[in-house]
This record gives sequence, C-alpha cells and structure tokens, in this order.
Amino acid sequence: MADISEVWVYLSASPLLFLTLTLAAFQAGTWAYSRSGHKPFLNPVLTAVILVVGLLMLSGTSYETYFEGAQFVHFLLGPATVALAVPLYRQFDRVRRSALALVASLLCGSLTAMITAVGLGWLLGASRETLMSLAPKSVTAPVAMGITEQLGGLPSLTAVMVILTGILGAVLGPPLLTLIGVKDGRARGLAMGTASHGIGTARALEASELSGAFSGLAMGLNALATAVLLPLLWRLFM
Amino acid sequence: MLSALTLILSCQLAGELVTRFLGLPVPGPVAGMVILFALLVVKGSVPDQIGAVADALLRNLALLFVPAGVGVMAHLGLIGQDWLPISVAVIGSTLATIAVTALVMNRLARPGADAGGSADNG
Repeated sequence: MADISEVWVYLSASPLLFLTLTLAAFQAGTWAYSRSGHKPFLNPVLTAVILVVGLLMLSGTSYETYFEGAQFVHFLLGPATVALAVPLYRQFDRVRRSALALVASLLCGSLTAMITAVGLGWLLGASRETLMSLAPKSVTAPVAMGITEQLGGLPSLTAVMVILTGILGAVLGPPLLTLIGVKDGRARGLAMGTASHGIGTARALEASELSGAFSGLAMGLNALATAVLLPLLWRLFM
Repeated sequence: MLSALTLILSCQLAGELVTRFLGLPVPGPVAGMVILFALLVVKGSVPDQIGAVADALLRNLALLFVPAGVGVMAHLGLIGQDWLPISVAVIGSTLATIAVTALVMNRLARPGADAGGSADNG
C-alpha cells in the first residue's frame, strides 16, 4: 500500500482532484440551498467558495495548484456567455418592445453603480488607488480590470471587488427587489445584470428565462456603457 | 451536440478576434454572444441542438464562477487597510444599483404580459 503522502503528492499534481473538489463543493452548496428552502444567504456559489477556500487552507494548497484543475470549469464561462444569445433570442420580442425603457434604466443603473461606489469610498477615506478599483465593480471581470488599468489602478484588486459585488448582488438582490415591490421579471433581470454582471445573471436565470435574458443583455450593455463613460467621468471629476 | 459546441466555440473565437482587431471595450465572449445572436436572427429559429447545449451550459452558470470566487478569497489581503470604505462602498453601491435600475425600469416599461409571471424569487 502506498504512503498517504505519496498518494496526496500524486493526486494534487493532477487536475482530477481539484476539478472534482470544485464540482463536489458546488453540489454541497446546491444541496444546502434547496434543503433550506432557498435561503438567499445559502447561495451555492458562496457556500462552494467558502468550502473550497477552507479545504485549500487546511491542506496548504496554493491557488495556482487548485486552478490547474479548476481551469476546466473556469474555461466554460466563455462558451456559457456566448450561449446567453439563446435566451436573448427566445425573449427578443419582449426585449424589443421595452427597448427604450431598458436603455434608460440601464444608463441610470450604470451611473448609480459608478457614482455611489466612488462616492461612498471617497467619503470614508479610501485611497485613490482603491477608488480606481471600486469604480467599475459592477462590470464583468475582464472589462472591469481593463478599465482600472486604463485609470492607473490595480486590476487584481478590481477582480476582488467584481466577484464580491457579484456574490453580494446574487445573495441580496432578489430579497431587496421583493422588498421594494418590483415584481416585473424584466426589471428584476435588468437590475441583477446591471449591478452584478454574470453572477447576478446566473441567479436571474434560476428565476426565469425572461429575467435571465434581460440580465445577460444588461451585463453586456453595462460593460459597454461603463467602458465608455467611466474614463470620461473620472477625468472630469477626480 | 458536437456541431452545436463547435458553433458556440467558433462564435467565441470570432468574438475574441473582432474585439482584439477593432480594440472594442467588451470581452470576446460578449462579442461572441452578439455574433451567435445575429446568426440566430438570420436562421429565424434556435436549432434544437444549439438550444440543448446552451440550456445545459446556462443551467450550471453559477458553478462556473466558483474558481474565480476562490481566487478572490485567496487575494482578500489586497483589501488591506481600506477594508471599511471598500465594504461600505461595495454593499451600498450594489444595493443602490439594483434598486435604481429596477425602479426606473418598473416605472418606464409598460406592464402586461411582457412582464412575465410571478416574481417568485428572481
């Protein structure tokens, strides 16, 4: 029989272990979420991330080693984003009929995201570098990191803000929307995608294809709006 | 199945190429989404296989964010001494953005059949 540490050395060097861990942690998260009757704070992404981080810390595994296995899951984000064209196409009649309202709401949301993030951070004394990472926090990660880089900030810090914003929106968004009395599936989806990009869209898709279609569209349009508006606003005000 | 996956990956690849060459401020996969959408418009319907692959990917969309989420936890130290303004700004701004976007849309979009069914928990 092989020594346990030899088995560990072998397994931790192959993608199999951490790929399996990622799927198992998410399954556990999904199980807990449905067992609890869909309690928002038991969001499966949040649970899975906490479980995996805990296990990596306990076993002294680096993120790079973990990512060797997890990259196969991560890679599918690209094709899944492309696939958002399908719900968008199926719901396009409804999207087109509310196009004006959609664009106006999106611009209001996009400006709110930038102004409140920078404003609150500035009021509480955040450094200039931190403000540059906060500003594009509602935008999908690759675009947000590009914008921060352009402003002269730290893209890696931006990635942290973007993911935190995504998880937070997925957890708190639906109860907040219910609290303020928004029942319209279009408005709910649009809000989730504008504020919380792909993670919000994943959550919106769970509710309905209609919400998911509006959310996916909002994610793409907010990336575009923020990439155009934020550098201009930054030069004007900061 | 395979042809549908090939088409989706080809759209992503085309999206990457278009955004790089034209220097567009959107990620390649988002441009790929626009390209696939245009193809569906030209075709006039969603072919069964494309629909099946897209639905399978999107049913598990949340799972796909786990590796990036784990990366964040590993880099939480970056938040450092600005943790208070960062927490307040991220929480406050995310809630404000969701509320403003939804309330404006709720006000402007005409209600009716387009609004979708009940709000269950979306």
